Amino acid sequence: MIDLLADAYNYFLANQSRFWAATTQHLWISSAALAISIAAGLPLGIWAAHEARIGQWAINLFGALRLVPSLAVLFLVQPYLGIGTTPALVALTLLAIPPVLIATYAGMRSVDSGVCEAARGMGMTAGQILWRVELPLALPSIVGGVRTAAVEVIASATLAAFIGGGGLGIFITRGYALFDTRIMLVGAIPVALLALMAELSLGWMQRRLASGLGAAT
Amino acid sequence: MAFIIADRLTKTFPGETRPAVDQVSFEVKQGEFVVLLGPSGCGKTTLLKMVNRLYEPTDGRLLIDGVDARSMSATELRRRIGYVIQQTGLFPHLTIEQNIAVVPQLLKWNRKRIEARIDELLDLVELPRSYRQRYPRQLSGGEQQRVGLARALAADPALMLMDEPFGALDALTRARLQDELLRIQQRLHKTILFVTHDVDEALRLADRLLIMRTGRIVQFDTPLAVLAEPANDFVRDLLSADDVLRRLSLLTVADALAGNGDGQRLTANDAQETLQPGDTLREALIRVLRAGGQALPVVANGQNVGEIAPDTIASALTRTTHALPD
Repeated sequence: MIDLLADAYNYFLANQSRFWAATTQHLWISSAALAISIAAGLPLGIWAAHEARIGQWAINLFGALRLVPSLAVLFLVQPYLGIGTTPALVALTLLAIPPVLIATYAGMRSVDSGVCEAARGMGMTAGQILWRVELPLALPSIVGGVRTAAVEVIASATLAAFIGGGGLGIFITRGYALFDTRIMLVGAIPVALLALMAELSLGWMQRRLASGLGAAT
Repeated sequence: MAFIIADRLTKTFPGETRPAVDQVSFEVKQGEFVVLLGPSGCGKTTLLKMVNRLYEPTDGRLLIDGVDARSMSATELRRRIGYVIQQTGLFPHLTIEQNIAVVPQLLKWNRKRIEARIDELLDLVELPRSYRQRYPRQLSGGEQQRVGLARALAADPALMLMDEPFGALDALTRARLQDELLRIQQRLHKTILFVTHDVDEALRLADRLLIMRTGRIVQFDTPLAVLAEPANDFVRDLLSADDVLRRLSLLTVADALAGNGDGQRLTANDAQETLQPGDTLREALIRVLRAGGQALPVVANGQNVGEIAPDTIASALTRTTHALPD
């Protein structure tokens, strides 16, 4: 086991430039997918929370979409978008939208109706209620959704290599093709570490925000 | 001219045939404390929420201080009206001072003016200024509702709407906040519309009671008048108007003495119990009975001003029943 890790480390030392290029690519594609999914999921979640009837439908629909495996999404978009970074980005974005959307929806719905009524009764406009009351109160839940999405995206971005999207997955596909476990580890270990870092940092942020709201408790 | 004029105000909710509030007309004078009382579903909260347009009336007109409520935007109107609700509706993510500052900030007051106002209001509702940096959750229910009251008063609105503000509090805290509200009202003379289904609370607070049933006003008069001459059996049952003790709790020793002319004056010796002009007749009756039914002297500022005997109380009661102010 130790030998295997040492071998993997040697491989990494010998292929540093390729490794860092792949890592950058991996992070870039993950961040882009995450950013797009927030840009889409957040407003959609807010809208769904405000439109009680249709909103529940939309949420259920996206909840069901989560059940489609990411690898399937990846291969499903390929006939339309070909190979390379774009289809990988699309697949990862589709994967990340549901957790952001559902968490936004849940966070918005959890805001005490009395608080919103008071805000309205005091003369806040709909926009002021959203920015000053609803979003701050929903923020811990939203960050929780982003956390789930980030971990999923970082882990799944490995699959991008299957359709030529690059990223740390290239070491895994190469190692698999060459029956070389140490090359696979050069891809797998950094991905696991990145996912763990996202989980821990966003989790910490979520707890901080939540305790800020619960000041006394 | 009256401060609030409601003219055939009507609200029918979508999908319902019967209006929740049905052509209600009434007038409220400036500085008056009006309590909207009735069983749940009678339309009192709907009526209240039409005043700050949380509900838009289906029909009718509402004038506040001579201005049609629809002549300005709903948000502009609401910033001029204090609003207090049952579960306080305090913003949990904002400190006490930030909560109080909300409406002044919406009205774009400058920082200095807002700071001064926060201190002034905390003093008014008798909360320590050290509470400024705390969060609502760190306060008790009663304290939270004091903040709710301070927040509603922040921009010094002439009109206050209160929707069962003390409904969620325990009896002791509720009584204390009722006293507090009366004290504040004596100082500020706001026009207040206050919704409750608690009869004792209504009798205690109201200058006038607006009693509603199925979307209509059944009776609109002073507590004493409503108790003495209920408009119908519904009002009689609602208030348990036959309850003599309830009526006595609305009259004071001073009221009884005022109508009694010059009675004989007992001299208060040290051993004997004394009454004060501000005591309710209910309290006086209890003390008189406890003293074996004998008359008790009334003392104000060390001066003996009269006496209360069982028949003084009885005549005060008959007087208020038969000679009503109109």
